[in-house]
Amino acid sequence: MDLKLDHHSKDGIEIVDVEGEIDVYTAPRLRELLIDLVNNGFYQLVVNMEKVEFLDSTGLGVLVGGLKRVRAHDGSLDLVCTQERILKIFRITGLTKVFGIHETVDEAIAARKSEK
Amino acid sequence: MATVELSFTPLPAHVRTARLVAAAVARRSGVDESLLDEVRLAVGEACSRAVEEHRLHCPTEPVRLALTELAGRFEVEVTDTSMAGGGAEGGPAYPPGFGIAVIAGLADDVQISETSAGTSIRMSWPSAVTAS
Repeated sequence: MDLKLDHHSKDGIEIVDVEGEIDVYTAPRLRELLIDLVNNGFYQLVVNMEKVEFLDSTGLGVLVGGLKRVRAHDGSLDLVCTQERILKIFRITGLTKVFGIHETVDEAIAARKSEK
Repeated sequence: MATVELSFTPLPAHVRTARLVAAAVARRSGVDESLLDEVRLAVGEACSRAVEEHRLHCPTEPVRLALTELAGRFEVEVTDTSMAGGGAEGGPAYPPGFGIAVIAGLADDVQISETSAGTSIRMSWPSAVTAS
């Protein structure tokens, strides 16, 4: 399986569940989904990466692009990730300072709610 | 002579193939399990870059990957034959060279050679096996 995407609403925030590998081949699908969600008025997003097995700089670019899009609407894009193998590329690129990265979806939602 | 050579059509779908082959040969070469994710990621980045260059400038030319067992090292060389060099219009949202910056953070030893014939990215990791 290359990449599986799903999304659902929880507490007014849209949760994007990603499973599989995000690379140069599969990243465009995630990009399209994030664009669609923003175009449909979903500006508070949480991308759950707990089942992501691989993420490269193409995937990072898609997430950065998604963050820029939601911020244009005063929105947010947070991540859920505890896997060291995935967190590593965020650390190497310094993107841990750009994204809110949480251990669970509930924690990400709570963090976003507490900022309001 | 490389231990394993791989040549593939410059399609994004084949970058995963290159990652899997590189990881398999790295494991066989004695690269520590804890470094295989780095090998996979670095090779993926180099191949993604080469595929993008070929797609834009020479889509019928294959991207080449050479995997070599050396004494105490496992070396990967990714070669593209795109003569355009640098970033391209309509490219990714992040600055050109981002993938190379990621590679530099993952491999001990990265050498990039740019010639009129294309670009070669060579990187290596420590391995436990002595080359035969």
